[in-house]
Amino acid sequence: MSNKSGRKHEPLIHITKRASMVWYKAWIVRAVAIVAALLVSAVVITLLTKDNPVEVYAAMFKGSFGTERKVWVMLKELVVLLCVSLAVTPAFKMRFWNIGAEGQVLMGALGAAACMFYIDDKIPNVALIAVMLVVSILLGMIWGMIPAFFKAIWNTNETLFTLMMNYVAMQLISFFIMIWVPNGSSVMGTINSATESGWLPSLFGQKYLFSILIVAVTTVALFIYLKYSKQGYEISVVGESENTARYVGINVKKVIIRTMAISGGICGLAGFLLVSGINHTVSPNLAGGVGFTAIMVSWLAKFNPIVMILTSFLIVFLQIGAGEIATTFRLNESVADIVTGIILFFIIGCEFFVQYKINFRSKHKEEGHA
Amino acid sequence: MKKILSLLLVVAMVLGLVACAGESEDTFKVGFIFLHDENSTYDNNFMMAAKQVQQELGLSDDQVIFKTNIPEDNTCYDTAMKLVDEGCDVIFADSFGHESFMLQAAKECPEVQFCHATGTQAKVAGLANYHNAFASIYEGRYLAGIAAGLKLNEMISSGKITAAQAKIGYVGAWPYAEVKSGYTSFYLGAKSVCESVTMDVTFTNSWFDISLEKEAAENLIKDGCVLISQHADSEGAPKACEAASVPNVAYNISTISMAPTTAIISSKIDWAPYFKLMIESARDGKEIPTDYCGTIETGSVALTELNTAAAAEGTQEAIDAAMAKLKSGEIHVFDTSKFTVSGAALTEYAADINGDYKPDEGVNVIKDGYFNESDAEAYRSAPYFDVDIDGITIK
Repeated sequence: MSNKSGRKHEPLIHITKRASMVWYKAWIVRAVAIVAALLVSAVVITLLTKDNPVEVYAAMFKGSFGTERKVWVMLKELVVLLCVSLAVTPAFKMRFWNIGAEGQVLMGALGAAACMFYIDDKIPNVALIAVMLVVSILLGMIWGMIPAFFKAIWNTNETLFTLMMNYVAMQLISFFIMIWVPNGSSVMGTINSATESGWLPSLFGQKYLFSILIVAVTTVALFIYLKYSKQGYEISVVGESENTARYVGINVKKVIIRTMAISGGICGLAGFLLVSGINHTVSPNLAGGVGFTAIMVSWLAKFNPIVMILTSFLIVFLQIGAGEIATTFRLNESVADIVTGIILFFIIGCEFFVQYKINFRSKHKEEGHA
Repeated sequence: MKKILSLLLVVAMVLGLVACAGESEDTFKVGFIFLHDENSTYDNNFMMAAKQVQQELGLSDDQVIFKTNIPEDNTCYDTAMKLVDEGCDVIFADSFGHESFMLQAAKECPEVQFCHATGTQAKVAGLANYHNAFASIYEGRYLAGIAAGLKLNEMISSGKITAAQAKIGYVGAWPYAEVKSGYTSFYLGAKSVCESVTMDVTFTNSWFDISLEKEAAENLIKDGCVLISQHADSEGAPKACEAASVPNVAYNISTISMAPTTAIISSKIDWAPYFKLMIESARDGKEIPTDYCGTIETGSVALTELNTAAAAEGTQEAIDAAMAKLKSGEIHVFDTSKFTVSGAALTEYAADINGDYKPDEGVNVIKDGYFNESDAEAYRSAPYFDVDIDGITIK
C-alpha cells in the first residue's frame, strides 16, 4: 500500500495497516470509543436540551429493558434486523453489493400475505404456514437471483440493479393492496384477524418466541455454512479475487447466482417472519429500511454471524432508546437520532484505529513495510 | 441460546425493578400514539390539541405520554401494550392504519380504554373499551369552499377569467371516502356561491410527500386551474401556489406564514373537545361514546384566520351566515338537489359502513333530501361519501 512513503519528504502523518491487533487491545480501543461517544453525546444533550445526560442514558436503557414486554419487543426487533443482516452477509462477503435486501424482504412479505389472503382457512394452519414459508423464500430468492444472473452473464452493475428492484417490490405491494382493499385507503389492516390462519403460533404464551427461535437456528446454520462448508469457502475466494477463484477452478458465475439465491432466500424468510410472525399485514413500508441498516450490522460484525447478534443488538438498542428519550423528555426524536449518530460515528470510527496505525514524522522509527 | 435468553430476561427484570422503584404512586394516565411527529401538519394538529387539553385539565407530563413516529404495523400494538404497562387508563391513536392494531390491544386489555381517530370498526367490533372518533369536517370544507367560490367570483367580475374558466384544482391524497367527501363538500361550498365552477382532482397516492404535492399543484395550475386546494399533509401545494400567485385554500393549519399573498383560509378539525371528553370520561369512570362525531357546535370543526390580503371582500360575512344555517339545519352540505351523479339526482345510496368494501344492504344514507354524512348515531363518524359527482373530473 504505502510502501514508498518516508523516503525523502516524509509527511507529517502517515498511515500504515496493522498486521493484526491483539484482541484485548482491540476491545480496549472499542471501549474507549464508546466512552468517548457517551461523553460527547452528553455534552450535546446538555447544550441542546439542558436535560441531565445521565437521566437521558437511563431512559435509553429503560427503552429496551424497562419491563419484561420491552425486552421481548427488543428481542423481536433484534431478530428481524439480525435475520436481514444474515441475509446480506454471504453477498457482501463475496463483494456483491446487494443493497436490494429491502426489496427481497418485501417480496417474501408479499408472498406470505398473498397466501394468507387467498388460502385463508381452506387448508390446515400448519400446511398454510409451510406453504407461506416456501413461497416467501422462493420469492426472495427470485428477487435476489435476477440481478445476480445479469451480473454473472453480462456484468451489469449490481448496486443499481438491486436498488431499483426495491422500488419494483414496493410498487408491487401497493398494486396488490389496491386489489385486495378496494376502498382506496391503501391500508391493508390485519389479515385473517378472525381466523388467525397463517399466523405463527405463540410459544409459552410469547408471541415472538417462534420467530426468535427461527432466526437463532438460521444464525448458527449460516455461521457453519460460511465457516466450514466448501461453498462458504468459495464465497470468500470469489470475494477476495475473482481471478484467483477462476484460476483455482471455481465457477464464479455459479457461485454468484447461488450465493444471491441464499441471500435472497434468507431475506424472503425475514419477510415471512414480518408477516406471519409479527405484523399479520403488509405494506410498502413494512421493511422500514431494515435492508439498509442490515448492511451496517453485517460490516460492523465483519461478516461473522455470531458477532452480528451483538451488533444488531447495539443498533436496535440505540433505535429503541432514541424513541424512549423522545417520549420521556418530550423531545423531538431528532435529538435522539443525533445521539445515535454520534455513538455510531465513534464505533465505526474506532475500527479505523484497530485496522491502521498512525505514524508521526517526529518519531524517527522505520516502521515495517509489510 | 435459551440460557442466554433467560439470563437476559433476569437481568432485564432486575434492572426494570430497580428502574421502576420510585414510581409507586397510583395516578391517572393517558397515552397518545402519533403516526409522525410535529413536522407533519396532520399529527401536529393532534399534538397541539392534546397539549392544550393537558394544560386545561392540569395533568402533569408524567400523566400524558406521547409516542411519536409509530408506523401502521405491529409497532402500534407493541406501543399500545407498552403504554398499558406504564399504567395508562386511556390510549389514543391518530392514524387510520393503526386501527387493527389498536383493536388487537383492546381485545387483550379490557380494563383500558382505547380511542382511535378516523377508524371505522368500533361499532362492528362490539368491544366495550374500543371507540372511534371523527368530526363533520365536510361542513368545514364546505365553508372553506365558500371562501374559494367568492374568490373565483372576484376573479370573474374583475375580468381576469371568464365564468367558464372558473376551475379549481384539488390535490388529493388517496381515492378514499375521507378524501372524496372532503373535496366534494369543498366543491359544493364553492358552487353554492359560484354556479359555473368546475374542479379537477389529482391523487398523489401518499399522505405526506412534499415534492409530489408541489408537482401536482403545479400541473393543475398548468392545466388552467385558477385556485388550488388540497387534502394532503405537507406544505408542498401552498408553496407552489405562492410561487405561481394562485390562491390556495388549505387544511389543518393556517398557511398564511408560508404563503402570505395567496393563502385564503384553512378548515381544520380541532381535537381538543374530543380529547377533553375522552380523558374526563375515562378519569371519572364514565362511558366514552362508541363512535363520536364532533361538529361545528362542539367546536370540533373550525376555520383558521381569514387572510384578508388574499380573500375576496365579504368572505367572512358569507362564511358566518352559512355557518349559522348549517348549525340550524337550514342547509345541508350534501343536499341532493344541489348536485347530480351522471346527470341524475341521487335518491338512494347504500354506502359501505361496515368496512367490507361492498355497499351495505338495506342501508340508505339519503335522508330528507340530503346525503347523511358522518352520522355517528346511525352509521359511523368516519366519512362514507364516496360518490363521484358531476362537475368534478378525476385526472
